[in-house]
Amino acid sequence: MATQQTRTLARFMLAPSVGLLLIWMAVPLALTLWFSFQQYNPLNPIRDGFVGFSNYLLFFNNPAFLWSILNTLLIVASVLVITLVGGILLALLLDQPMWGQGFVRILVISPFFVMPPVAALVWKNMIMHAQYGVLADLMRTVGLEPIDWFGRYPLLSVIIIVAWQWLPFATLILLTALQSLDGEQKEAAEMDGANFLNRFIYLTLPHLARAITVVILIQTIFLLSVYAEILVTTNGGPGYASTNLPFLVAQKATLEFKIGQASAGGIIAVILANIVAFFAMRAVGKNLDR
Amino acid sequence: MGKIVLKKVNKSFGDTAVIPGIDLTIENGEFVVFVGPSGCGKSTLLRLIAGLEDTTSGVIEIDGKDVTGEAPAKRQLAMVFQSYALYPHMSVRKNIAFPLKMAKMPQAEIDRKVEDAARILNLTNYLERRPGQLSGGQRQRVAIGRAIVRQPSAFLFDEPLSNLDAALRGSMRIEISELHQQLKTTMIYVTHDQVEAMTMADKIVVLNAGNIEQVGSPLELYRSPRNLFVAGFIGSPKMNFVTGPYAQARNAATVGVRPEHMTMSTSEGEWRGTVTVAEHLGADTFLHINVDGIGLVTARASGEFAVNHGDTVFITPDPNRIHRFDANGNALA
Repeated sequence: MATQQTRTLARFMLAPSVGLLLIWMAVPLALTLWFSFQQYNPLNPIRDGFVGFSNYLLFFNNPAFLWSILNTLLIVASVLVITLVGGILLALLLDQPMWGQGFVRILVISPFFVMPPVAALVWKNMIMHAQYGVLADLMRTVGLEPIDWFGRYPLLSVIIIVAWQWLPFATLILLTALQSLDGEQKEAAEMDGANFLNRFIYLTLPHLARAITVVILIQTIFLLSVYAEILVTTNGGPGYASTNLPFLVAQKATLEFKIGQASAGGIIAVILANIVAFFAMRAVGKNLDR
Repeated sequence: MGKIVLKKVNKSFGDTAVIPGIDLTIENGEFVVFVGPSGCGKSTLLRLIAGLEDTTSGVIEIDGKDVTGEAPAKRQLAMVFQSYALYPHMSVRKNIAFPLKMAKMPQAEIDRKVEDAARILNLTNYLERRPGQLSGGQRQRVAIGRAIVRQPSAFLFDEPLSNLDAALRGSMRIEISELHQQLKTTMIYVTHDQVEAMTMADKIVVLNAGNIEQVGSPLELYRSPRNLFVAGFIGSPKMNFVTGPYAQARNAATVGVRPEHMTMSTSEGEWRGTVTVAEHLGADTFLHINVDGIGLVTARASGEFAVNHGDTVFITPDPNRIHRFDANGNALA
């Protein structure tokens, strides 16, 4: 876009979508902000009205609040670690020449096509179920007591399911990056006496930095709002053990019909997302500039 | 300290033998150039020596030690790649230091060696830059720097100058030659450019379809090419080949005359022809001449020679510098 004319044209062409996006974002945000200062209960409309910050205070004083923040951050951090480590290892494996490469790659990517509630149901009833899950069968075969995953390790179970869903995404992005690594650089490192581990640390990992950053930033956005997996499997419990912020907000809105408090929670979720995004950009954002 | 011996080295990819079997001895301190057209197996041969490819059969010895199955790092060789293969996220200093770091050398010694290499290669002011911030010639020097700090028993160059522009290529050629004078280490240099081969080599190995056509010093190859392929490959512009009655009269299937071994005249001579293209370079004049009964011939006149398209010229091949070849393309004595 070099000339004045193409620049102007480009702005005109972009205007509709940018405008639409702005409205799409601004209107819900403004409404949420508005409702967060209102008492609004569709079941009991008589007491509706402006209530100041009391929705926020109620949300803060909810015993589930701190749990939900902690769980949200735990899910984001653990899933990122699992998908990045697993994704790099899988990508390294898939980058090796082998028979049926294309087919294997499609298989690896396929979990990404499964809808979250479906995936969660499969994990809940076929894999992690304490009586007839595959894992329980395996435990019994080796003579161990089956684990009641959702009862005893609810958050870990959710993390495993979500990580399984996002692993293909990370693998795919990292594999593409890996394939663009120059062959002569690898050979040069080999001649320079770098063994496999050193080649990985000094050549492959720096080369993957940008892809890793993309994975971290994109996944963070989606992992902050994990909902379906929790609803289908543990329903936030036992207690608040697997309740995260989006789940808490939804609970307030759809079970207790406390729209005001739910909106306050939504605004807090927006603030939390911005804090996380700030630190994520501080930590890895510079990799995008190169 | 850098003698490399290849014994019956064969490399096949599936059923295709890229290198059917090569015997070659490279003496310590020699500058050997592998030259040949694309796809002749010269790069593959270099990679076999480097250990980046496995030999299908045969033995590679370095300093009398069989290294055929050894990993590249164990062979004490350093390679300069066509794409330079610098590590893009490391500074020049770290690039050059990388092989030393891998060898677990003490940091003080690494620093000293990197500084030395940078001084030799005029890179001292660029040590903290990334490869992306350097020009092609500077990157090339960093790649050479990374090779020399290891003090290898031999250097391998894989078409190192082909990504540079003509002027830079000329000066880098001289720099590499000087480096060889200075270090006196064995160097193996792969190129398809016969000018590079002629100017730099102690010994040229001409390869064609995976076979060695001839081995010799540049001038040996120029003066007495062993066959048609070498005769056509060495020398620029290419040697003229004449078949038919003219060759038969000299008891040969083909006769070769280099463009510079002809005398030209506008009045009289052995061959009469019409100029199709005249290239006036100032120092030389190259004439493409359609000779009656012989065909297209390229001739070189020293200095300026005032003829143009369509003019008639006479040329006389120097009878003492005619090359004769038999029906199989081998040179006749």
